[in-house]
Amino acid sequence: MKNWRNILGLVLPLLVVAALALWPVFSGKAVDQETAFTILKAVALASSLNIILGYTGYVSFGHIVFFGVGGYTGFYLMSQQGWSIWPAMAAGGAMSGLIAFLLGKAILRLRGAYFALATIGVNQAMLALVGNLDFIGGPIGMNLNFKVYKEYGGAQEALQMAFYIMAGIALLSVIVSYAVRTSKFGLGLLAIREDEDAAEVMGVVAPNAKTWAYVLSAIIPGIVGALFFFKNGNIEPHDAFPLHTSIEFIVMVMLGGQGTVLGPVLGAVGYQGIRGYLLTSPIFKNIQLAVAGVLLLLIVLFIPFGVVGWIRNRFPQTRRVLQ
Amino acid sequence: MDFLLANLVDGLLIGFIYGIAAMGLTLIFGVMDVINLAHGPIIALGMFSIYLLTTMLGLHPYIALILVAVLGLLLGIVIYIVAVQRVIDAPHLSSLLATFSVNMIIIGLGTAAFSTAPYNLEFSLGKMSLGSVTLLGSRVVGALVALLVTAGLYFFLYRTRNGRYIRAVANNRAAAELVGVPSNRILALSFGIGTMLAALSGGIIATFFPFTILAGGTYELKSFVIVVLGGLGNPVGALVGGLILGLIEGIIPTFMETTWVPVVEFVMFVLILLFRPSGLFGAKQ
Repeated sequence: MKNWRNILGLVLPLLVVAALALWPVFSGKAVDQETAFTILKAVALASSLNIILGYTGYVSFGHIVFFGVGGYTGFYLMSQQGWSIWPAMAAGGAMSGLIAFLLGKAILRLRGAYFALATIGVNQAMLALVGNLDFIGGPIGMNLNFKVYKEYGGAQEALQMAFYIMAGIALLSVIVSYAVRTSKFGLGLLAIREDEDAAEVMGVVAPNAKTWAYVLSAIIPGIVGALFFFKNGNIEPHDAFPLHTSIEFIVMVMLGGQGTVLGPVLGAVGYQGIRGYLLTSPIFKNIQLAVAGVLLLLIVLFIPFGVVGWIRNRFPQTRRVLQ
Repeated sequence: MDFLLANLVDGLLIGFIYGIAAMGLTLIFGVMDVINLAHGPIIALGMFSIYLLTTMLGLHPYIALILVAVLGLLLGIVIYIVAVQRVIDAPHLSSLLATFSVNMIIIGLGTAAFSTAPYNLEFSLGKMSLGSVTLLGSRVVGALVALLVTAGLYFFLYRTRNGRYIRAVANNRAAAELVGVPSNRILALSFGIGTMLAALSGGIIATFFPFTILAGGTYELKSFVIVVLGGLGNPVGALVGGLILGLIEGIIPTFMETTWVPVVEFVMFVLILLFRPSGLFGAKQ
């Protein structure tokens, strides 16, 4: 009985992701598949961000940098070196992980607002740097030759395949998130979040734990980046390193509940749902950003631990189930 | 050589204006430990206020600037009461997101009202020549206004009662409260002054550069770099940081392509955060 309950903390978010993946299959509409792709991408990125932001308590404001790095790495290999999507995705993830490792060694020494500022700086530096490198297209970026999709049976089939890979990555991100949360390593991260100095006294090697949490939270965005730009067909600096989008993922994590497995998943679904509604509604279309801002403000002021955190506080008996 | 000299002077003049934008950001951080992510949109609001006041009411831009300062102060106090007050003691993430939501609200409404098309103030003070260097009049006056504002801020912080209160709260809020400083009022005032400086810098920039509602973002990022250069929470450092950034922007294009400027700026930004977190002039840790 006890084990069954514990595993529910994993099953619940997995069910949400599975439902998202199956939704376009049943509805059969191409539009729904696009929407589901966007939400699944958000689930994967928000869940990864949650490892450093929610579990470890380090506000990575420019986390989108890993999405861009993976995207550029994968895209360069596919368009200039003729790699296929699978090794390109692996390379994108590996490159993001490597950069996170090197960066983490340096900037994770900073705490609080200083760390947040440094991640913004890293993202903006990368954005400006990529625009100056001619071998990856400089400010114009790169295009994929339409022929590369032939390998996968045509553009239509490649699109289909990208969707299922995305669903797989989203599932993987949830499993990783759960595994970290329930492991001894994860407990160390939570201890760092609560009080880093105390955690070190209790035997958590904080610099190492933080670095590996950062690396872990960077790999999946790297893989997603490679896949996303493969589907997109072209890549530009401003599409790969958008600071605003980076903050949107923080909003998703906050909305659902930071530091929980289910939170970022619900947050991603909820945020994209609200955003989709605002963008298409005739009343809010023009001021959708302002309305989203008001919603964010209300969340920050009144339910700072997000939906899942609020439920856990309100109904303590759900704590075992909602991980 | 003349080219370099002209660039240097130009950079220096702009640097004063960057400086007051950054002073606003650093004042807010120093007093309440909040990084104001609505800084950029407020700079943009300063630009558009000048535009509206001069085109619709026919005011002279420099007179309109006074009105912009008053409006900026009031806006800042409103933002503080609505968005910042409740999260001031919460973890950093809360105050970052609260000010970011203000950012989204301003940009959202601003885009609906003005679209993202560029605007331009029809205003010129001609050119003046200093030896071999030719300067735009509006930039020289802009730099002078920025200096005046800095002097005013200095006088306010060091010679008035409220200014002393602000410094006391920045130094130690709990202790200031113990000796009877009305800390909440002082925090609201500090936030107001911070936004006032942002709006003023936007207004000055609008007198010589075209602008869009999104233009503030660039200056916000520049303000981050400057604030870190000068030490977070140090207004005098911010002015010097502004001048340094202006000089860098003036020098780099003479031997590198302009597109490398942001690379240098942000790499420098991260390095200073890592190795001199209290700024170039702060004490070594």
